[in-house]
Amino acid sequence: MRPSTSWRAMRAGLLALFAVFFLLPLYAMLDFGTRDFAGGRTGQSWANLVQDPDLTAAIITSLLLALFTVLVMLLLLLPTMVWVRLRIPKAKRLIEFLCLLPLTIPALVIVVGMRNVYTWVNYLISDSVLTLTFVYVVLVLPYAYRSIDAALSGLDVVTLAEAARSLGAGWITVIVRIVVPNIWSGILSAAFISVALVLGEFTIASLTNYENLQVVINFLGKSDARTSVTASLAALIFAFTLLMGLSFVGRTRGREGK
Amino acid sequence: MSRRAALTPSLALLPFFGYLTVFLLVPTITVVVGAFQEGGSFSLTNIEALFSPVALRTLRNSIVLSASTAVIGAVFGSLLTYLVVSAPPTSVFRRVVMSVAGVLAQFGGVTLAFAFIATLGFSGVITELLRSTVGVDIFGRGWLFDLPGLVLVYTYFQIPLMVIVFLPALEGLRPQWREAALSMGATNRKYWTEIAIPILTPAFLGATLLLFANAFAAYATAAALISQGNPIVPLLIRAGLISEVLLGRENFAFALAFEMIVVVALVMAAYALLVKRTSRWLQ
Repeated sequence: MRPSTSWRAMRAGLLALFAVFFLLPLYAMLDFGTRDFAGGRTGQSWANLVQDPDLTAAIITSLLLALFTVLVMLLLLLPTMVWVRLRIPKAKRLIEFLCLLPLTIPALVIVVGMRNVYTWVNYLISDSVLTLTFVYVVLVLPYAYRSIDAALSGLDVVTLAEAARSLGAGWITVIVRIVVPNIWSGILSAAFISVALVLGEFTIASLTNYENLQVVINFLGKSDARTSVTASLAALIFAFTLLMGLSFVGRTRGREGK
Repeated sequence: MSRRAALTPSLALLPFFGYLTVFLLVPTITVVVGAFQEGGSFSLTNIEALFSPVALRTLRNSIVLSASTAVIGAVFGSLLTYLVVSAPPTSVFRRVVMSVAGVLAQFGGVTLAFAFIATLGFSGVITELLRSTVGVDIFGRGWLFDLPGLVLVYTYFQIPLMVIVFLPALEGLRPQWREAALSMGATNRKYWTEIAIPILTPAFLGATLLLFANAFAAYATAAALISQGNPIVPLLIRAGLISEVLLGRENFAFALAFEMIVVVALVMAAYALLVKRTSRWLQ
């Protein structure tokens, strides 16, 4: 069965319509951001990304938040998931349920209920914006869980661990030197998706009066629309680059599998 | 002794459970308990306030917005998925489409609001183009910053989410089923109406529910787009959080958040049932 010419033409036409719908706003951002009020074009809003002190501070804050979120997420999730597979397989359903729970409890609900917890966090640890890391770990949990679980499923963890243990390795060695190198792609994809989510996070930061990238972009929208639109576009492009890279991580794994 | 030996491995899970208790369960329980309190003691006034005309109108707006963008997103999203799935998974075309879909569906929020302000806002690119060429003012009285605008912008992230959610189902359709049907004399049309569509229906409905929950709980886009007035539930929650006292009740934000948990949990439970049904055939 070869697809008919009319079908191929229709497919191309439909794809073109979708492309217009999705690319037009992105093009508009580029156009809007480089508009010069005196006429012509200017790159000032792009320069502001590295020159505007508020914006650069927010970019650094969000990048640090992304970094810490990835670290805490891995520290929390990885040993737990490996341990459950090795020693307490009965607990797998419970862990899965808990990890996917944030999909059902929206960020908005968490932020409404977290004031008490954060009073203690601010009192015991710090009131820095970076404490948002704790709640961001919860937000990225479902996505990180799925990535790591997919990688672990392709691996006979029990046999590997038994082999290492019989050769005298301790549990930490098993996790760090045997399991982790084998699920590298899953860890990377969990990290990428977490970074993308944290860089795009607005709900929790804005409602707790912390300034991350999205909060500052939104704030800039009122005083300097061009720069805020350009910063939005830059953030989208950055996230796209991350996810595009992610799709290649998947491919290298597929190749190794064959 | 043997009991202790059985419990020891579980101790390693304590950090995980402790963390989730503090940062997920405690906030959720706070919301549920707070919804039934006022002034520090048990009270139903906040739950009753959910049935006030303002709260009901907001809930209706939210449901209309979520349902319409879920249906639009599901229909166009499944069409786009069908167009994409015929390209091989490793092709550049498919990679780009899936990455763009991932960004628009999950990264979204504020940036998507600004994308549409740059396109259709007062001095947006399309607005100015139409104003200067055909003399039509599509900005009107600012529909972009009200419910119709939300429908448009939400569609912009609902369609990509549909592509991500629906792609596995469409890929699960085995070519052999089609070959078997055609070899037994079925027409292409009959294959679709009697085999493919019935198999895909639970997945399609499930994905639609997921889109509904996604729109219902979305906050960032609406917050960035609408700074005055609270036409939908998430924005009413914002008003409750910022002003502390809304409709004269300090715990009203908890009640609204509780309402959101109930709606999303019901929808997600129905989604889980449909996914279970889907997995019988696909995968």
